[in-house]
Amino acid sequence: MEKIKSLADLKKRREELQSKLELREGGDNVENLVQVKVAMATCGIASGAKQTMEAIIEECKKQNVKAVVSQTGCMGYCYAEPTVEVKKPGMDPIVFGHVDVKKGQELVSKYIMNNEILEGVIPVNYEKIDNK
Amino acid sequence: MANYKYHILLCGGTGCTASDSPKIKENFEQLLVEKNLTNDVQVIATGCFGFCEKGPIVKILPDNTFYTQVKPEDCREIIDEHIIKGRKVQRLLYENPEDQKHISDSKHMGFYKKQMRIALRNCGFIDPENIDEYIARDGYKALASVLEQHDPAATIDLIKKSGLRGRGGAGFPTGLKWELCAKNAADQKYIICNADEGDPGAFMDRSILEGDPHSIIEAMAIGGFCIGATIGLVYIRAEYPLAIHRLQVAINQAREYGLLGKNIFGTDFDFDIILRYGAGAFVCGEETALIHSMEGLRGEPTFKPPFPAVEGYMKKPSNVNNVETYANIPVIINKGWEWFSSIGTEKSKGTKVFALAGQINNVGLIEVPMGITLREVIYEIGGGIKGGKKFKAVQTGGPSGGCLTEKFLDTPIDYDNLVAAGSMMGSGGMIVMDETSCMVSVAKFYLDFTVEESCGKCSPCRIGNKRLCEILDKITKGHGTMEDLDKLRNLAHVIKDTALCGLGQTSPNPVLSTIDNFWDEYVAHVTEKKCPAGQCKALKKYVIDPEKCKGCTACARNCPVGAINGTVKMPHEINQELCIKCGTCMEKCKFNAISIK
Repeated sequence: MEKIKSLADLKKRREELQSKLELREGGDNVENLVQVKVAMATCGIASGAKQTMEAIIEECKKQNVKAVVSQTGCMGYCYAEPTVEVKKPGMDPIVFGHVDVKKGQELVSKYIMNNEILEGVIPVNYEKIDNK
Repeated sequence: MANYKYHILLCGGTGCTASDSPKIKENFEQLLVEKNLTNDVQVIATGCFGFCEKGPIVKILPDNTFYTQVKPEDCREIIDEHIIKGRKVQRLLYENPEDQKHISDSKHMGFYKKQMRIALRNCGFIDPENIDEYIARDGYKALASVLEQHDPAATIDLIKKSGLRGRGGAGFPTGLKWELCAKNAADQKYIICNADEGDPGAFMDRSILEGDPHSIIEAMAIGGFCIGATIGLVYIRAEYPLAIHRLQVAINQAREYGLLGKNIFGTDFDFDIILRYGAGAFVCGEETALIHSMEGLRGEPTFKPPFPAVEGYMKKPSNVNNVETYANIPVIINKGWEWFSSIGTEKSKGTKVFALAGQINNVGLIEVPMGITLREVIYEIGGGIKGGKKFKAVQTGGPSGGCLTEKFLDTPIDYDNLVAAGSMMGSGGMIVMDETSCMVSVAKFYLDFTVEESCGKCSPCRIGNKRLCEILDKITKGHGTMEDLDKLRNLAHVIKDTALCGLGQTSPNPVLSTIDNFWDEYVAHVTEKKCPAGQCKALKKYVIDPEKCKGCTACARNCPVGAINGTVKMPHEINQELCIKCGTCMEKCKFNAISIK
């Protein structure tokens, strides 16, 4: 292992390492971050949700967006899989349908970064109990 | 390259390790291989989460799910349900005792809500055996900036201004201690870490060393630079094998990275750390005894002055600080003294780690800002008294401390308030007692401990404590007199005034504080020969209520000493001379006819 010889060295090393803990830091501070939930039940996976999730994670990294991307169970919109729910801090969550790799990338660059709504928004017709 | 979507954090502290957490880790890892998820899920053994009551703890991120009392056989369900299908395993979630609802996010748990984690910042968050995770959390940044600034006096001044006081118990200002040692010129100085944690029921230092060993290494290097020491020594008890292992791993990693050794961060500062093992003598937590033990001499204290800052290890100027004190240092340097001194009370700044134990629902490790009240700690964080019983007292400061009663529940906790209330901060043990605890027995328990641990060098401690213990024993057996109570008080004061070291000077505290706060209980033992809490076996009296007794003979047949007489279908009677108070009769009686008087 190469030795750390200066403060600048340490800072560089820290930056390289920080991304490994981002997932954990995010979990600790989830209210203030963009939360992306990819529905990953059988139907979602079969329609390519895994690739979508990878694409979203990659795009967030590329665009330097701090988001907590996690997978979740079936949201019930099996006709529109893969479905992705995005919750920006202080805003209501929005669910997008038919999110393939390309749309996943757009989701990051357009909606998350610029508040530009994409096509395929699924109206929310349920209430969640866990945030009450 | 792995692109993890989930982190499974698993408690690898001593408590959870004892309840099978290594097996849980193994199971998770096997399952991940089996399900081809090794690139999606990372399993990390961390330090203590603090919620030991419900261990082993498994925390899943990013969704912050907090699973309690996980067993090795639960791993499959967690992987299948939570990781693969995204459904939380309800039965393993923490249940809020107030409304029996499951809480999945640890931030909503009462146990964590009021806590503020500075010394424990990395415990339960990083892998203690991986220096990279420490560096990612700003590790060694404080050391780097201190070395870059290259002004020891300025760093000492910063620590002084922060108001940090020694977390070992006495609360001496840390910056001042460093300054005193820095002033004394010598060809060699030493910086020492006191990891000889000995209070019964206390495990703050162990958990920090197990969960975040690098913070201690970094802080010792900073301290070494400030006072002019190039060698650091950690005095750690051999009963802490896991802490020793993790510390050793951390030291090796730091050496590999060049963070220990010669020319650290390219400066002219050399520093390295050596471990020294203690054999577990309580007195070796006293700094002069600790130094003698490290020198290979008997672990006995010597008179101060000379203070270690003048003449310490190998007769060279040395600075001794406690583990938790060190754990605060890097954060203070990174975030500034203004930030640190804004937390806490006027004279006690920052936070304190406490080990909650005894008759409390949430046994575990907590860190709270100074100035929090006992009520908040016991009822909000600790979840109240076990079995809905009534609170009686809380013991702080271990064998050197005292008991605080209900009237102190709303006193803000800090060094000075606890002393004023007749106890002390101590290293952070907090033992909660309910109405069934006999305070005379509690005092006796601590005196037993002190008698056992006294090094025997000075007579007040060696003989005096033994006598105190004998008088307490006499009282709990029902042979005490009112003169004995006077003797207890007098002797306690004599020991306090004349003993050589901190151990002896504080050892009568449990007696004095229980006498002051529970005088009536002592008197009841002496005059009525009664133990109000029903704990003192010799004072218990089992009696049969003739109204309720049906003469079934169950008690008489089961009494191991044949102390129960009576004829069938007639009320029985217990011969108190023969009775050994084992309680078997009461257990066997189907009519609730037997009670303790």
